[in-house]
Amino acid sequence: MYRQARWDEPLIIDRSQPGKVGHLPMRPSEVEMNTSGNVMDLVPSALHRNGPPPLPEVSEPEVVRHFVRLSQENYSPDLGIYPLGSCTMKYNPKSSELAVQTAKLEKLHPEQDESTIQGILALMFHLERMLAEITGMSRMTLQPAAGAHGEYLGCLITRSFHRSKNELEQRTEMIVPDSAHGTNPASAAMAGFKVVVVPSNSEGMVDLEELANVAGPRTAGLMITNPNTLGIFERNILEIARIIHKAGGLLYYDGANFNPLLGKVRPGDMGFDILHLNLHKTFATPHGGGGPGAGPVGVTRSLEKFLPVPIVEFDGKNYYYNYNVPDSIGKIRSFHGNIGILARAYAYILNLGADGLKMVAETAVLNTNYVLSKVLAKGQYQLPFAPQRKHEFVLSAKGLSNSTGIRAMDLAKRMLDRGVHAPTTYFPQIVDEALMVEVPETESLQDLDHFVDVLTSVFEEAQSNPEAVRSAPHFTSVTRIDDVKASHPKTLTLHWHGASSTQKRVSHQEPIAQVNY
Amino acid sequence: MLKAIGVATIDELYSDIPKEVQLNQPLKIDGFYPEQEVRSRIEQLLNKNKSAADYDMFLGAGIYDHFIPAAVKTIMARTEFQTSYTPYQPEISQGLLQALFEFESMIRDLTGVDAVNSSLYDGSTALGEAARMAIRVTSRYKILVPRSLHPDKLSVLRNYTEPVGIRIETFGMDDETGCLDLDDLKIKVNTETAAVLCEVPSFFGILDPNAVSVPSLCHEKGALSIIGFDPISLGGLKPPGDYGADIVVAEGQSISSEMNFGGPGLGIIGCKGENLLRQMPGRLIGMTTTMDGKNRAFSMVLQTREQHIRREKATSNICTNEALLGVGAAAYLSLLGPRGLSQLFETILVKTNHAIKRLHELPGTLIPRFTGQHYQEFVVTLENPRHTIAKMNQDLLAAGIHGGKSLVNDFPELGQSSLMCVTETHRPEAIDKLRATMEKFVRS
Repeated sequence: MYRQARWDEPLIIDRSQPGKVGHLPMRPSEVEMNTSGNVMDLVPSALHRNGPPPLPEVSEPEVVRHFVRLSQENYSPDLGIYPLGSCTMKYNPKSSELAVQTAKLEKLHPEQDESTIQGILALMFHLERMLAEITGMSRMTLQPAAGAHGEYLGCLITRSFHRSKNELEQRTEMIVPDSAHGTNPASAAMAGFKVVVVPSNSEGMVDLEELANVAGPRTAGLMITNPNTLGIFERNILEIARIIHKAGGLLYYDGANFNPLLGKVRPGDMGFDILHLNLHKTFATPHGGGGPGAGPVGVTRSLEKFLPVPIVEFDGKNYYYNYNVPDSIGKIRSFHGNIGILARAYAYILNLGADGLKMVAETAVLNTNYVLSKVLAKGQYQLPFAPQRKHEFVLSAKGLSNSTGIRAMDLAKRMLDRGVHAPTTYFPQIVDEALMVEVPETESLQDLDHFVDVLTSVFEEAQSNPEAVRSAPHFTSVTRIDDVKASHPKTLTLHWHGASSTQKRVSHQEPIAQVNY
Repeated sequence: MLKAIGVATIDELYSDIPKEVQLNQPLKIDGFYPEQEVRSRIEQLLNKNKSAADYDMFLGAGIYDHFIPAAVKTIMARTEFQTSYTPYQPEISQGLLQALFEFESMIRDLTGVDAVNSSLYDGSTALGEAARMAIRVTSRYKILVPRSLHPDKLSVLRNYTEPVGIRIETFGMDDETGCLDLDDLKIKVNTETAAVLCEVPSFFGILDPNAVSVPSLCHEKGALSIIGFDPISLGGLKPPGDYGADIVVAEGQSISSEMNFGGPGLGIIGCKGENLLRQMPGRLIGMTTTMDGKNRAFSMVLQTREQHIRREKATSNICTNEALLGVGAAAYLSLLGPRGLSQLFETILVKTNHAIKRLHELPGTLIPRFTGQHYQEFVVTLENPRHTIAKMNQDLLAAGIHGGKSLVNDFPELGQSSLMCVTETHRPEAIDKLRATMEKFVRS
């Protein structure tokens, strides 16, 4: 039976005691003090802080115990299956971690002379080539920090492309399918485009007729992920590309769902002009509790000239930066990218090679379809649209919800009690009471069977003992959280001094309830 | 497994994909090496680098070589934090949520604003997002930035603002002191100005007393004030919120992680007031209770600002951020506490001034280039027409020193100048060696 740690850990500020300190930095030497003069005179009085900064005063053991206790109150892929749809929460190999933990990378400054960074430039150069080969693109930039950051860069490149043809004024619309990730429309809007939503057809794919209707002289491009968020491969992708290109737009590939296509299908061969990859998904670098990730962007030959600077080149002898790219969009962030993440992805690719990457894709698809088949065999959830899926599938709990009032979120919460992470809920928005499941390649058959059991038994429980599900979770660090109160203007608390008296009063946990659920 | 699915081969699971787009040959990539081989290949490659562990490091300009306590690394290496994702299911992710709530609270207390989010990509994109927030709140379309802004940051800012028609203008600085030119700023701030950016310390390391009057100057014209800060410097400097900043932004790498060749960074953003809060990009963590009201709990709040709910109407497209560095920063700030952070500020301040004074007398140079007071960074100018920064940096490298960032191309008005950085990691001997090598060069 799963029990998550419950430490009743106070806020670190509540552990504070005057005079304690966990780490004392070096003091300057006598010599340095003497040369520099009186410290107070070194800062303009207008900028003097009145008294020391208001931070907690705690010892090192207290700090470490505090955060280690918190870590125990956090579920992660190192503890078990994490089937969060569209997030590709695969196990992160420790070999990739250790391969890059060296001062030869960590202690590099991004502005160093090229002669002192030949190693890291070579790594970046080779990684770029590998990713370009894997995706079928001409060149890549490693700069973007995340998938959405890559999308935004893709939109900027799209703008540059249309500007270069004197069509930017006219091409104001970005087409996005109704099943798209939320970042797609958000990125397009940030880049000044009007978002035009194209609906899915009865098969869960882009409706070609509707697409042909909206594509035209105002079209800047189409942003799409394939397989889409229903896990369905858009098999009309070549026709989609033809429609968009004929209209004069560019085709953008959102690489969030690339895992099932590794070594099997290349976006470049599907007609895409721009793409991003999520290295923290497909290439198994850790998600960091929300980041850092990395979102390299690839382009076709004709769009290379718009890539951010610098571009890393090799002259046969040395690796060097190329800043001489007159049409470049400039920079999308400071420096060269999330190098620590990029280097882990490099290790991952070296480890797997071409055959290994293909096996990743196939195993992920096999695992996902296995779970789907086992779940459907029970006849509980609905699966909107035809059953062929790749890396993920979206179940609907609408029938259950209608008959019992138990909603997808209730089921998700009850799954937590079984020691697994829940699927993504209520997404994509075109499926009612959606539970979006992605089972990566790293899960064993035993783990898959356990997860099938979790999915199906919570459904059964929703019928036999709905209260147990409605009041879930029971075995996590805290029970169901009051989200409405969390965001309500009257109770919104964004910092520890703003805690209301109720929040302070309830800091002590009750013992785990004796439940026979 | 295939039987349960009802197919004979894995290929059948791909049968819906048109043949013309299926790859019918293996990818041409190197690999399939055992762990040991991967490690040794990467080691061989990276060994060609000369890092701050090999040569003395005088580069700064946004990424800094600071000492990171072992306990910070231990905490960041906890794989429960490292391998999980955004806490979409808060009940099973309380640890990360509480750590990020603590990060947000500490940065808020340090800077004197009302609310801080749980991170953006880096300092430059935080500035880009801040500018967009200001535009949305003021409905004005001009952003003023100092002439001394890092050119890369300026480029990022342009990319974050150009598509929505925002105009970026620069205001000048006093050529002698390096402080911002208040008269120039007064002329340029008008009813079209959405916000004015001011950095303390400035890109050139200046502690500019004029900065504290910028927020009120903005407010008089209905504009907002964005202050760029250095987190460690707030161990001794006045919190920007206290002198009127509406939005604060920073690069937080120095309080969480090693330089890592410039990434990942930690984009910090905070703001004052309800209007700006509603326009905040990214994740915000709040403290609440369980449904039964019995326990304190944490969750992501005001999510209707975000892309996964609001789509094209979201305040930003950001999803993945730099949360792990936020956890690291929370650990770092807890370890140093008020005493540690004040001490660190003082150490860096003293060491910077020590270095400046030691280099000041070098013939044919102007060190520091500006007469204002400095923290962590200062500009070195070569006055002898035969001398160039490029050549000096080559001589420094030959002596095992990473010299300062050349300003020659980006700031031609400063002639042959570079930006040098000193932190707590510099021992007095390193300054002696720098001085001796520079002296040899300037006397050549």
